[in-house]
Amino acid sequence: MIRAARLLASLSLVFVALASLPARAIDIQQITSPGGIKAWLVEDHSIPFTALSLMFKGGASLDAPGKRGEISLMTALLEEGSGGMDSVRYAEAVEGLGAQSRFDVSDDALSVSARMLTENRDQAADLLRQALTEPRFDPEAVERVRAQLQSVIRSEATDPNAIATTELARQAWGAHPYASSINGTAESVAALSRDDLIDAKGRVLARDRVYVAASGDITAEELGKLVDKILGGLPEQGSAPLPPPAELQLKGGITVVDWDSPQTVVTFAQPGLPMSDPDYFAAFVADHILGGGGFSSRLMDQIREKRGLTYGVGTGLSNGLYGQTWQGGMASANDKVAEAVGLIRSEWDRFAEGGVTEKELTDAKTYLTGEYPLRFDGNGKIAAILAGMQLIGLPADYVNTRNPRIEAVTAADVQRVAKRLLHSDQIRFVLVGRPQGIAGTD
Amino acid sequence: MRRPHRLAPALTALALSAAPALAEMPQGISHFTLPNGLEAVVIEDHRAPVVVQMVWYRIGSADEQPGKSGIAHYLEHLMFKGTDRLGPGELSKTVTANGGMDNAFTSYDYTAYFQRIAADRLPLVMDMESDRMANLKIGEDDWKAERQVVLEERSQRTDSDPGAQFSEERNAVQFYNSPYRRPVIGWRPEMEGLTRDDAIAWYQAHYAPNDAVLVIAGDVTADKARALAEKYYGPIPAKPDSTRKPRPQEPEQRAPRRIERSDPRVPQPVLTRTVLAPERNPGDQKTAAALSVLAELLAGSAQTSVLARDLVLTGKALYVDASYDGLTVDPTTFGLSLVPAPGVSNADAEAALDAALQKFLKDGPDPAQLERVKTQIRADRIYAQDSAHGRAYDYGQGLSIGLTVEDVNDWPDILAAVTPDDIRAAAKLVLSNPASVTGWLLPQPGAAPGDAQALPAAQTGEIQ
Repeated sequence: MIRAARLLASLSLVFVALASLPARAIDIQQITSPGGIKAWLVEDHSIPFTALSLMFKGGASLDAPGKRGEISLMTALLEEGSGGMDSVRYAEAVEGLGAQSRFDVSDDALSVSARMLTENRDQAADLLRQALTEPRFDPEAVERVRAQLQSVIRSEATDPNAIATTELARQAWGAHPYASSINGTAESVAALSRDDLIDAKGRVLARDRVYVAASGDITAEELGKLVDKILGGLPEQGSAPLPPPAELQLKGGITVVDWDSPQTVVTFAQPGLPMSDPDYFAAFVADHILGGGGFSSRLMDQIREKRGLTYGVGTGLSNGLYGQTWQGGMASANDKVAEAVGLIRSEWDRFAEGGVTEKELTDAKTYLTGEYPLRFDGNGKIAAILAGMQLIGLPADYVNTRNPRIEAVTAADVQRVAKRLLHSDQIRFVLVGRPQGIAGTD
Repeated sequence: MRRPHRLAPALTALALSAAPALAEMPQGISHFTLPNGLEAVVIEDHRAPVVVQMVWYRIGSADEQPGKSGIAHYLEHLMFKGTDRLGPGELSKTVTANGGMDNAFTSYDYTAYFQRIAADRLPLVMDMESDRMANLKIGEDDWKAERQVVLEERSQRTDSDPGAQFSEERNAVQFYNSPYRRPVIGWRPEMEGLTRDDAIAWYQAHYAPNDAVLVIAGDVTADKARALAEKYYGPIPAKPDSTRKPRPQEPEQRAPRRIERSDPRVPQPVLTRTVLAPERNPGDQKTAAALSVLAELLAGSAQTSVLARDLVLTGKALYVDASYDGLTVDPTTFGLSLVPAPGVSNADAEAALDAALQKFLKDGPDPAQLERVKTQIRADRIYAQDSAHGRAYDYGQGLSIGLTVEDVNDWPDILAAVTPDDIRAAAKLVLSNPASVTGWLLPQPGAAPGDAQALPAAQTGEIQ
């Protein structure tokens, strides 16, 4: 089933040639393949390749109990041999086509990003199908990649940024998978068997949890066939239920992790709000003014520009599929970090009490609405954005409704959501370093 | 490295980019030079209403005087502190308030500033960027706080990371005489002594249209970009004496060097080896192309490359890498690195690397592997069209280190034309060369840098 949007796509290309319009709409075709798989497409035939993005919902949060790291290890093994090919022959075949594919996994999704030349797209798709449906998990490859994952785990344990985020997640998310690293521990990864990997694949690589988007030199009809070829052989349903919501258990205060370094790495978080909250966009605008907006944010102005206490400080609404926080981070010299943390708290309070000026509000809205269309400037970026939108449940016309919702935010909205959500006594700071003049609270 | 980045008659300008030269340009690329010496490249991509402006100055940390290391990068930060017309930080705030983003970065050979913004705001950012090319004002109140910021940047990027510290020291050992021996961000004691006067002197000596490259990429026509360039940059006078001076060159290096450091923050041993290598030069990029292909053949694939097959698939190493970037003014380095597999001694891993390299020197490239690498080079050329920003970077970097637009245009063809004999010669050049530094960065056995008890429970057991 192909919707009529294709006609619009070719019309808008004519406009492109005629005039430089400031805001051209992006034309998303929503298709259903002959085999019943839904996909979003932006057609653009100017460069002879297709970018394809697949996202499998649940990601590493679908690890079986006690098997932390299994989906991470399984994902890394998808390109290490499948069908009749061992890892070397598979890689030779992909390289011989000039195709590219990346397999990544996060808390929320297993993602495949592929680029396929038009001249050999079907062959490239065959290899991708083979990787997703017939991975071999050869013992040699499993041991080699397991050792690489163990090395990543060792690196995380000596990286102050990873130590800080891991500790914050541990305090925030209780028994939910969000509470620990997707890569597992030395022990959990050492114990994984080939059967565990086969089970892990069944938990996440299934058609009931995949979202598909493509952009580039491909028609809707061609994409339908391509998607059926790549995904048609996957099981209809994943073997595990999707992850449950995570309940935030973070308590305000300070945690210090001793680390011999001239600087203290700071990660902090407090409760956030879901995208479905009526005040989400007001909070989104508030965050930009408070700490999300780079050099125009209040935190950057106070902590970097005015006092030189850090190279960078920032905040963001961190909205996962299964839980959300309002969080931030910075690094500051051990003898200055106490002052910088104090400034974060006082800016938090000033925002909650005083709200924002009309100029701050206007500037934030112009940035947030102006920046949005700039993201869609390439096939690879478009495919990733479109798959991500489906993953988090946004409709295709979100690309048109998003900016009006930001425009509608008023200073009173920002003030209300700030008063409701921003509480400096609810922030948990995790400090990794040898900070002076500031100590752990519990 | 900043962020977490007199109008002549139109005929004169036209004459500088006559029709035959244009005919050889790749589709959508145009090139012109203003009478004041500003060289410009326009890369058209009308798929999205976005444009990137980049200004690259042909000046970098390798042009600094001894004792003033870090001044090129410090000035890059101070370039955001305003002009006669713009207050401190106002440029970035204006870009942001118009829905764009901006940043800057400094390297050994260049300092670059860019904005990415909706195409209809291009005149605004060209107005502001041209303003700070000639009218920078550094307030008495701003320079000390910004010096603290660059010191914090050094702490974050270098001093908190033993790998970055080790690279810095390895560079200092690699180059006897070239200023590439100094870190771009500067040595800390010298950074602490940099002043506003140093910054102003650097700016006045080196920031001029005749030593800059303007790149406009995205949803703009060549004619429009040129008209805007003439309007905003055309009136800025050239500075005849600002051109960069030749730098001290490396003498012959006869002694391979070894360095070693242990640090409790290092999770596992890492071997790095760098060796002096030639760079890309105008009309002379063949050796550099062969070195680029050599790096791909040696370690470009985790499964099929020479070192992956000989070291990783055989269980001797966890990771291997080979790197080469020829976009430098003076001779650069070719790099190799590996992480030994658990249970393999550092000496055995290094011996296995040496044996694999000797075998490659003897056998030369495998024809089938070379063919696959060539296929990927052809594909990359197509994929590269997807990013106007990426292509802007290619031209800006190339022109700022002294290549011509033709050199940048020709690079993919030169890569595609590399022969097995070229690769053998390139391998001989860098793999049997005493101008090398081999470094081992090692963990400190039994010593975690923090109090292990304070680490998160899930992490404690993982420290080795």
